[in-house]
Amino acid sequence: MHKLAAASRHLVRFELNGKAVEGLAEPRTLLTDFIRHEIGATGTHVGCEHGVCGACTIQIDGVPARACLTLAVQVDGAKLRTVEGLAPEQGRLSIIQESFRKHHALQCGFCTAGILMSLDAFLKANPDADEEALRENLSGHICRCTGYAPIVAAALEAAEKLREIRNA
Amino acid sequence: MKPAQFDYLRAESIGDVHRALSEVKDARVLAGGQTLMPMLSMRLARPSSVIDIMRIEALGRIEEKGNAIRVGAAVRQAKLLAWPALKDRQPLLAAALPWVGHAQTRNRGTVCGSAAHADPSAEIPLVLTALEGSVEVSSLRGARKVAAAEFFTGLMTTARADDEMIEAVHFPVRQPGHGYAFNEYGRRHGDFALVACAAVVSRTRVRLAIGGVSDRPVARDLSGTNDEELAQAINDFAWSLEARDDLHATASYRRQLVREMGIRTIREARACIS
Amino acid sequence: MTCRKSRRVIREAAHLSEIPEDSKRWLGRSVARVEDAGLLTGQGRFLDDLGVRPGTLHAAILRSPHAHARITKIDTAAAKALPGVSAVITAEDVTKLSNSLVVGVKAPIMCWPIAVEKVRYVGEPVAVVVARDRYLAEDALDLIEVEYEPLPVNVDALAALSPESPVLHDGLKGNIASDRKFRYGDPERAFAEAAHKITVETNYPRNSCTPMETLGLVIEYNASEDAFDVLSNFQGPFSILAVIARALRVPGNRVRLRTPGDSGGSFGTKQAVFPYIVLMGIAARVAGKPVKWIEDRLEHLTASVSATNRSTTLSAAVDPDGRILGLAWDQVEDVGAHIRAPEPATLYRMHANLCGAYDIRNLAVRNRVVLTNKTPTGLNRGFGGPQVYYPLERLMQRIAVELKLDPVEVVRRNLIAADKFPYRTASGGLLDSGDYPAAVTMAVEEGGLAELRARQRAVREAGGLYGIGFAAVVEPSVSNMGYITTVLTPEERRKAGPKNGAQATATVAINPVGGVSVHVASVPQGQGHRTVLAQVVAEALSIEMSEVQVVTDLDTAKDAWSIASGNYASRFAAAVAGAANLAAANLKARLARSAAAQLNATIDDIEFAGGKVFSKRNPDNALAFSRLAATSHWSPGVVPDEAQAIRETVFWTPPQLTPPTEADEINSSLCYGFIFDYCGVEIDRETGAVRIDKYVTAHDCGRILHPGMVNGQITGGFAQAVGAALYEEYAYAPDGSFLAGTFADYLVPTMMEIPAPVILHMETPSPFTPLGTKGVGEGNCMSTPVCIGNAVADALGVETIDLPLTPAKLTALMQKPEPAPPTHAEAQTSAAPGQQKGRSLFGEGSAEIALPPQQVWEMLLDADVLASIIPGAHSVEKVGAHGFRADVSLGVGPVKGRYRANVELADLEPPSAVTLRGGASGALGFASGEGRIQLTATDSGTRLDYRYGAEIGGKVASIGGRLLDAAARVVIRQFFEALARRAGGPRSGNWFTRLFRRRP
Repeated sequence: MHKLAAASRHLVRFELNGKAVEGLAEPRTLLTDFIRHEIGATGTHVGCEHGVCGACTIQIDGVPARACLTLAVQVDGAKLRTVEGLAPEQGRLSIIQESFRKHHALQCGFCTAGILMSLDAFLKANPDADEEALRENLSGHICRCTGYAPIVAAALEAAEKLREIRNA
Repeated sequence: MKPAQFDYLRAESIGDVHRALSEVKDARVLAGGQTLMPMLSMRLARPSSVIDIMRIEALGRIEEKGNAIRVGAAVRQAKLLAWPALKDRQPLLAAALPWVGHAQTRNRGTVCGSAAHADPSAEIPLVLTALEGSVEVSSLRGARKVAAAEFFTGLMTTARADDEMIEAVHFPVRQPGHGYAFNEYGRRHGDFALVACAAVVSRTRVRLAIGGVSDRPVARDLSGTNDEELAQAINDFAWSLEARDDLHATASYRRQLVREMGIRTIREARACIS
Repeated sequence: MTCRKSRRVIREAAHLSEIPEDSKRWLGRSVARVEDAGLLTGQGRFLDDLGVRPGTLHAAILRSPHAHARITKIDTAAAKALPGVSAVITAEDVTKLSNSLVVGVKAPIMCWPIAVEKVRYVGEPVAVVVARDRYLAEDALDLIEVEYEPLPVNVDALAALSPESPVLHDGLKGNIASDRKFRYGDPERAFAEAAHKITVETNYPRNSCTPMETLGLVIEYNASEDAFDVLSNFQGPFSILAVIARALRVPGNRVRLRTPGDSGGSFGTKQAVFPYIVLMGIAARVAGKPVKWIEDRLEHLTASVSATNRSTTLSAAVDPDGRILGLAWDQVEDVGAHIRAPEPATLYRMHANLCGAYDIRNLAVRNRVVLTNKTPTGLNRGFGGPQVYYPLERLMQRIAVELKLDPVEVVRRNLIAADKFPYRTASGGLLDSGDYPAAVTMAVEEGGLAELRARQRAVREAGGLYGIGFAAVVEPSVSNMGYITTVLTPEERRKAGPKNGAQATATVAINPVGGVSVHVASVPQGQGHRTVLAQVVAEALSIEMSEVQVVTDLDTAKDAWSIASGNYASRFAAAVAGAANLAAANLKARLARSAAAQLNATIDDIEFAGGKVFSKRNPDNALAFSRLAATSHWSPGVVPDEAQAIRETVFWTPPQLTPPTEADEINSSLCYGFIFDYCGVEIDRETGAVRIDKYVTAHDCGRILHPGMVNGQITGGFAQAVGAALYEEYAYAPDGSFLAGTFADYLVPTMMEIPAPVILHMETPSPFTPLGTKGVGEGNCMSTPVCIGNAVADALGVETIDLPLTPAKLTALMQKPEPAPPTHAEAQTSAAPGQQKGRSLFGEGSAEIALPPQQVWEMLLDADVLASIIPGAHSVEKVGAHGFRADVSLGVGPVKGRYRANVELADLEPPSAVTLRGGASGALGFASGEGRIQLTATDSGTRLDYRYGAEIGGKVASIGGRLLDAAARVVIRQFFEALARRAGGPRSGNWFTRLFRRRP
């Protein structure tokens, strides 16, 4: 049994977007607060802190999850991926990101990081997903600006492009 | 909206969990965290310690054991949903699991965690009840298996004693000659069910379980009724559930859903008797 | 400018990028947004991404669990003593160091950013803790003890009209803060002469557009200069800065506001950060350190801001052909517990267009503003539009039904004709341009109404419930800053001085090494202002968009702004983009002069194109734009004074926005777009769920600068409106408890609930705006709720229907008599289910106890016995002859809270009956109730019957309402279970056995 005492801060280490990072967290520190304010990766946003809105969705060991429903100390040793890790290089966008830009699938951009992290994992696991399956997967995200229609269009086009690349 | 302080205990074995639950007052098991974490952040729950069980390998298994699927306490809902044999071995569970939250929460939330939390609207307790499954709990005092009907005792309360942990839940596998169906209605996709129905039928047997209405999932045996009697029996069942008004639905509306969705679910189950 | 009409049919947002592009022009094209690359890669700069000065403290707010109560005691000692806590601020500090916020009506009432003496709504701030971090600040909140004396509650707008309703503000005699009547034309005669009088009554519910980023701020007080420095995602209008400065008791130039580069949506709501700027300003002053506060989602939903709920009676005088001769409005506007600036603006924003798209000359209006125990209202997308168009377009549908006319025909017969623009409305509006009949025809033909009607017939023939609804809406944009003063009488306005106009500002500057910068005070929250301004300025100067850098973060100490600045009333495209165009044109004129001098040409011979400036007659005689642009920096001596071109700031206000007249005529907005919507909906007979089969929305928003963004505004507004129509409500219980405190209860639609609408466009430029543009951001929030409401009314054939159209509500309207409960079920009588009305719980039960009544009676009166049977009691002490005070931990499952409880025994009839009356309060909420216990001797002991009624409120009602009632019943049962067990166990019993089984 490994005990981390309530009132102290403890070393937490994990891999973030392929790089080793570490910082100090109380047992109660939420992963959202930890990656944003301790690590400085502010691309992941906090929308509700009760797991409904999806804005804070990141990939933990390859699968999308709510960072706000996770304690920082729980991910010690894990591999995390956030929106900062999606673009292939500085100045370029991934296929999904490019498709979002083309279709105006974001306005304020606050919910976008979470949606991208879900979609990235979903299209990797389900390259042939149809619109219904896409909608169902992304229904774990609230967007207040776009009305979703442009996001659906962008996601469908990105899926098509990814299929083309895979088949080429 | 930040949690109050607590100690974090990372259990490395089932024995660790037993000892912690028996020695630490107000300790709470933390598995997937999809229900406990918002409660911590809202300060609705204020345990002295949380016991993280997710690194205990022995709890991470799905296995078929004696006519039941045994799902360990650290098995996430997504893992069970992706279990290749699921649809064949227990179609009701396969039909209900996609209704549990959203893909993103199923990736973290555990099957046993949902049973432990015993939300009256939750799908997993409903399926356990419909299938007459059971819950395996253990403590320093030993282990026992509790039938679902005995386990869910009321709103968010179960037969688990404070020093006990859930080690696994057991879903009976598909029975030959049986059909299974699941239906649910909520305000939005992924919301808690206003009403959820699970039916298990054979040529001679009709069992209907309802979630979201009473303070826990409730099953009733409706065998031996003809079509007309069945409607009456489901109406009786609907009234017996002590439906309540709340922000999202009236009691009368919930009873209406039980009647209509209940009979449809039974029909759908009959249509797929194997 | 002539009104040129053009049509563009854009079916779905998905195809926007494929619109043919005129490669020479930037405007009118769906260019990629300059904002996107940063936002898509996590490089956004939202408020909470920016970091703070070392030593900055973090604030958390203790909020009222009561809707209406007197604060009898606040004890902050324990909170202050917690290590890491710097200060605890209460009303005492706030009233000492600030003034009440200015109130927009002439009434003797105050508006503080914290509860002073009384709390008036659930969630009202009561104390602020500033501490080292937010976690710690919330720990300290738990240590503050507040005692409340609950007061009667008033949550219903119509009930608030009564002089008997519980008064919120002692300065007023009742709860009516304003009551004005208006009369235009001859409405009495219209109604007297009309063949028909048709009336609708509606209650528009409370909701909010809930942006994904909540409110937030960092504020610092500089004591040596008596000045405040604020960083906040405030959205305007900047007239509010005057309110803030007055409240903080400093001159306006000593409140410096900066806004972050990005803001995560607002839809009006972030205007509501201003009371917190004042509150946290005081906190920063008391603490002597910068203070940061980020609103959490529970705070946002419960207490940030809401759109107004409004009860309306609207009547039309109608001739036999369905033509409307006169309208009579009676509107009761519920602004919540305080009249917070700029309210009651919601009620007056639509004043110019109260007759909608229709040519109606006779109009009577009564507007009343009432105060209730709910969150104060404020800006919200649509601002007044949904509340007006819901009754107005419901009325149009009712006219069609009652006169047996086609609803489209009723609309057509009343539309303002195309040749009447600009059209002066009865109440003083000046509708700038449009061709409403042509837009309706376009929508009907190109949207496929005939097919939709065929589908309706087919579904109905098959036994389905299918309805079609319509809505015609005039969408106002660019608010006249004077419209709010219509709430004042002409005499009051004369005293206050005229208010009018809508100053828009933009600055265009030229960099010494090439490149053009644009600065505006439009504080966007995702609307793509940087992109559109780059388009506008690049087009004006004939340069590449990439050469234009647009900055939208604002510093009021350095940047140009005025009171109308900000992002509200859909003013960007019409006013701000226009101002930028004017600034660029001014710079261009000076550059042309400079070029003429340098190229030895005349000014009218100078042409700008493709990044070059040249002589039209001799295009080889040319300068690179960047070279010319740099001249005023590097060689000002060669540039004539009137051609110096470095930086140009333009302020623009339209002359059409005049103050209210003596006759109360007001042109409340500058531009008026037109929308015609229709939709087909099918209602599921089993669940009562509404499925939107098809939705067509046709817009004329003037000239379109960026079709992709215009359609984004439409799809976004549409989704929020579907939410308002079907899912979302800021619901309150009769006791004022707030019921929608989480995103699990405030139901924002997801991708599964929102279909893609068919969008059609017609472009009739506005003659009053520099670019011919009008606003478009709010229209669907006005048209869509009633369009869906009309469709559902059509499907069900009902006359009266209010939003949100929940499945339970629609199922009740379908009026199927419910099958009776089984007559043989004894369980129903021995332990009846708790019945609930609002937040009140009623229940009853009974138990058999193996002791005679006298002994049971004695147990009930014994503090020691009570200590052992009250669930979770830590201590029970006797207070007076028949009172008890207890310290208890109550809870269900993992949800536990500690409460202080007071119980009093009354109406004692020993040993057979007693009433228990009392209450409990703690961090999770409070409960009060009354129960009557009856003891009857039986053969084996005593039968105890009980009935109770309880009210539960506070935090747990807001965030756990779904589970609350069952939880309360469990606790109540536990009490009697323990009583029975203490007396030797139950003899029999239904639910008792169940409960006893829990702990083997």
